[in-house]
Amino acid sequence: MSDYGKLIKVANDIRIDIVKQVHFAGSGHPGGSLSAADIVTVLYFYEMNIDSANPKKADRDKFVLSKGHAAPVQYAALAEKGYFPKDELWKLRKLGSMLQGHPDMKKVPGIEMSTGSLGQGISASVGMALANKIDNNPGRIYTLIGDGELQEGLVWEAFMASSHYKLDNLTAILDWNGLQIDGKNEDVMTVTPVDKKFESFGWNVIKIDGHSFEEIIKAFEGAKKCKGKPTVIIAKTIKGKGVSFMENNAGWHGKAPSEEEAKQAVAELGGEW
Amino acid sequence: MANKIATRQAYGEALVELGKKYDNLIVLDADLSKSTMTAGFSKEYPDRFFNMGIAEQNLYGTAAGLAVSGKIVCASTFAMFAAGRAFEIIRNSIGYTKANVKICATHAGITVGEDGASHQVIEDLALMRSIPGMVVLNPADGNSAKRLVEAAIEYNGPVYVRLGRLATPIFYEENADVEIGKGNVLRDGSDYTIIATGFMVNEAIQAAELLKSEGISIRVIDMHTIKPIDKDIIIKAAKETKGIVTAEEHNIIGGLGGAVAEVVTENCPIKMKIVGIKDKFGQSGKPLELVEEYGLTAKDLVLAVKSLV
Repeated sequence: MSDYGKLIKVANDIRIDIVKQVHFAGSGHPGGSLSAADIVTVLYFYEMNIDSANPKKADRDKFVLSKGHAAPVQYAALAEKGYFPKDELWKLRKLGSMLQGHPDMKKVPGIEMSTGSLGQGISASVGMALANKIDNNPGRIYTLIGDGELQEGLVWEAFMASSHYKLDNLTAILDWNGLQIDGKNEDVMTVTPVDKKFESFGWNVIKIDGHSFEEIIKAFEGAKKCKGKPTVIIAKTIKGKGVSFMENNAGWHGKAPSEEEAKQAVAELGGEW
Repeated sequence: MANKIATRQAYGEALVELGKKYDNLIVLDADLSKSTMTAGFSKEYPDRFFNMGIAEQNLYGTAAGLAVSGKIVCASTFAMFAAGRAFEIIRNSIGYTKANVKICATHAGITVGEDGASHQVIEDLALMRSIPGMVVLNPADGNSAKRLVEAAIEYNGPVYVRLGRLATPIFYEENADVEIGKGNVLRDGSDYTIIATGFMVNEAIQAAELLKSEGISIRVIDMHTIKPIDKDIIIKAAKETKGIVTAEEHNIIGGLGGAVAEVVTENCPIKMKIVGIKDKFGQSGKPLELVEEYGLTAKDLVLAVKSLV
């Protein structure tokens, strides 16, 4: 715990901000935002070469939230990192807010690609990684994909192209919480075996516990060391992680907590309302 | 009129030229580079050409990613699969982000010929012009196509360029004045106006000749830019002539005819006739047989003008 004390605190703060954002918005996607909170925390606060004071610096690493409905986790991380004032978070999904229901690169500093329509973030990431290869730019592309998102055909077109063009500067992270809107992945449309699918598409595969900071950090190290092929990190996660009544409950995929529920969630996370 | 080239060929030749001038120009294709004519660019600039395979959704998603990274991207496949199959990727990843991608889509319309309806897109202008901010171009001959491809590359933002398979007559001078958003009056006239786009511009010129012999004076406008549409040239024609016929190798719903009608009805309502494919699918056949079968010849335009008299 002590080794990762700062990351643990940031991830917890991000979870609190996710709950509050979605509550004040009155709609949104808490479950898949909470499951990705630890991964996103490591990326923004440990792994990525980024500078909120210079968000367009040329050699920066780029994060793409291909599962764009988890916008609250990215917004919380960007605010925490100083890309914009935290007050903006409470305007999520409101008319005139820069924080749209799904990320808009034209409105929000630090958003590298507009996403929300599943499959398109990983596809754009192929182009972003390719551009860096063409330019000999050391910046890496990190793309978070959902497990339900794997049902989109475009994901596999993008995976095929990434290994064909040997995009070892691209790392995809699968937020494998096992649930989607209508229920469990295997009841809606089976996505397993994910590891064998990725391997057969020519990717380097690393499997981790998506809530272990040690494993997340090591996985990114492994991705950087792997040359000649892209890496996918299969991160086993818990949907709704950190909020007892949201954990492993598909019902919290796209629902806002009431004031009472939000207060309970924030209390569980040790935060103040 | 002796010279004939397809607008896709003009596109391919333009790319080879423009590759010199724009070193951040990247060209993508989806296993059709010999047909879309991007093959010339791939030979000349192999480091800036990427074949994305038969995967049109990822073709345009990747194009978006390259463009948001600072590249100018021309991404080509058949118009059916660009505007049709990849519509939503173009809408969200290119349109919404205002990405600097040129969707250079070839083999549009029924002049594709023998491949039949599955490959003859007649909905692309309607689809593409309904995306907010998308520029939509439909050049009529090889020389204007080259100018418009260059203009598209100079322009910063998403552009759809509709290109044809069939070799068609050249009637623009080389380096003619062709500007995005400005229709060109190819023949002036005082009785009626034919506003045509793409393949139909040549038919419109011929129709004007036929009507001239009957004493009817026709203004022919090449509306190579479907969006933003040249309102001034339309309103002027509506005021100065007695009626407007539009002509397009596209469904009569949602394309050039619709775009012109939107301007006419709001500004200067006059009689109009929309000539195009009458809301039905194409079929296999020789291009010029199909053009006749579907009522897209100069003679059909003559009849349309006369219906306004």
